[in-house]
Amino acid sequence: MAALLRDPTVLVAFWALVKIVGILLVMLGIVAYLTYFERKVAGHIQARTGPNRVGPWGLFQPFADILKLFFKEEFIPDGANKVIFHVAPVLAVAPALTSFAVVPIGPDFFVTDVNVGLLVFLAMSSLGVYALTLAGWSSNNKYALLGGLRSAAQMVSYELALGLSTIGVILLAGSLSLTEIVEAQRGSFQYGPLALPRWFVFTQPVAFVVFLISAFAETNRAPFDLPEGESELVGGFHTEYSSMKWAMFFLGEYMNVLTISAITVTLFLGGWNGPWLPDSLKFLWFLGKVLLLVFLFMWVRWTFPRLRYDQLMSFGWKVLLPIALLNVLATGGVVYWVGSR
Amino acid sequence: MIPVLFVAFAAILVVSSLLVILHRSPLTSALFLVLAFCSLAAIYLLLHAEFIGLVQVVVYAGAIMVLFLFVIMYLNLGRDVESGVTLLLRRGLGWLLAAVLVAEGVVLVSRGLAPGPATPPELGAAAAGNTQQVGLLLYSRYLFPFEVTSIVLLVAMIGVVVIARGRREAAPAGGAAPAAVRSGAAEPPGEDA
Amino acid sequence: MIPLSWLLLLSAVLFALGVVGVLVRRNALVIFMSIELMLNAANLAFVAFARHLNSLDGQVFVFFVMTVAAAEVAVGLAIIVNLFRLRETVFVDEINLLKG
Repeated sequence: MAALLRDPTVLVAFWALVKIVGILLVMLGIVAYLTYFERKVAGHIQARTGPNRVGPWGLFQPFADILKLFFKEEFIPDGANKVIFHVAPVLAVAPALTSFAVVPIGPDFFVTDVNVGLLVFLAMSSLGVYALTLAGWSSNNKYALLGGLRSAAQMVSYELALGLSTIGVILLAGSLSLTEIVEAQRGSFQYGPLALPRWFVFTQPVAFVVFLISAFAETNRAPFDLPEGESELVGGFHTEYSSMKWAMFFLGEYMNVLTISAITVTLFLGGWNGPWLPDSLKFLWFLGKVLLLVFLFMWVRWTFPRLRYDQLMSFGWKVLLPIALLNVLATGGVVYWVGSR
Repeated sequence: MIPVLFVAFAAILVVSSLLVILHRSPLTSALFLVLAFCSLAAIYLLLHAEFIGLVQVVVYAGAIMVLFLFVIMYLNLGRDVESGVTLLLRRGLGWLLAAVLVAEGVVLVSRGLAPGPATPPELGAAAAGNTQQVGLLLYSRYLFPFEVTSIVLLVAMIGVVVIARGRREAAPAGGAAPAAVRSGAAEPPGEDA
Repeated sequence: MIPLSWLLLLSAVLFALGVVGVLVRRNALVIFMSIELMLNAANLAFVAFARHLNSLDGQVFVFFVMTVAAAEVAVGLAIIVNLFRLRETVFVDEINLLKG
């Protein structure tokens, strides 16, 4: 037993487990408060206060929500495929949580450094499609099925633009590993007294915009949230879900938003890079940037009208994809030209 | 440690592949195939093929199987119903052939007829990472197949749009699987309008 | 270090399961899935040899096989969808118009 504990592989696995559990708990807490944050933001954008009854400034609202959802009756539609019906909400949450294993939160603060970290994120977002499709199918309900199929087609289409827009970043950073991409954004360009941080949002602005728009579509957030079309498709793919399962979808959506914000910050906004703070506190920069981006997600949701489904698909295929391809070409050309001088 | 992981993932792989071919409902078969692909990706990662392993998840599990699911849901397939004596005969012959194949493989392997060095040299811990090495190979020695593959994909895309469109009377707004979904998804609003 | 023989055995078993699927099942979609199983068995053999011969050519080949498999699945499914529209069935036994 003692020999087992001293085996290096087991030690690494143990510490990885500790880090995983820690990050998971913190993230679930943040996600719970994102629901409160969204309602507050929505309220203020709509010229009203959000929830402010439960606790000071309504800060205990998430607890009230969870308690209410816990006590709701949970019913399963008649002809539903029971196994898939129960598994789909789990599939909504798991990939988003898994992506966090490769995100560098601080200079030495990450669960693992895989040399293909970016591909892990893309793989997990590809697997996230299944949750919605299976939820729609297993509900035995035509609105749910339509919502599920629409959202699957939307996510698959925008995944392409998402992946292609990251190629510029990979070219500039020279690696697929997320820790190395953040390291490549250290320091700043000096123009006399002015200093511009060496973040990829400044060297790859087009890719950043394409990535952000694709991120809205990937997470099924407005203006691309027709699949959950609250006013058009009843509830979309989660029509037949109630109580804790619906809560899991809800949390899964915010989990996705958090994960994609974290990846955007890592790829384009410099990760944990920032002035003035020592290395051990640099994760605060990361958290701050992620929260700013999450706020942007919410701001956009309550500002723009929803896109119609055919507008959505034609935008993804006919506008975003060619722009992303052109960006790859241009970046490749510039990198080659600079490298050959 | 690694052989243990390999045996675990191989077991999941074989069991889920068995369930793919045995289960009556094509949707469940597709989902077990997704599980099989993911465990195969894990085996690739154990074999130090990181790029291929993750591309396996992105392409096979994340795109091809989603396409299968689309078609199964679009065609609204239920469980298969199969019966009859000729069916039993065909099944018997099928399993017999598979047993012969596996026996062949076992015989070849046990007689040491599989080539390869007895102790493979340890791969240098990434002078360049796995992705960089694959990329270098892909764009130097295998450049021509790479370009041909892109033409294959282009032809496949055009072919799918043309085939799935069908005759003019059959499908008003045809297209590939996403568009097949779109025509399935666009019809209800069209009926209401 | 995973012995080559184990990997080849696994690949053979997967391939055999794919063959059984193609021969035994009548549903065209399940036949297609079995074909994908066979392709993946071949991919596994490629990667296994790439590892044991210390050459990355096997992995590059897997890359090509995956691309071609994706193209083939897309075209095959489009054909099946078209066939379903015409004959209202995906069972290969019932698509027998050319039978003598």
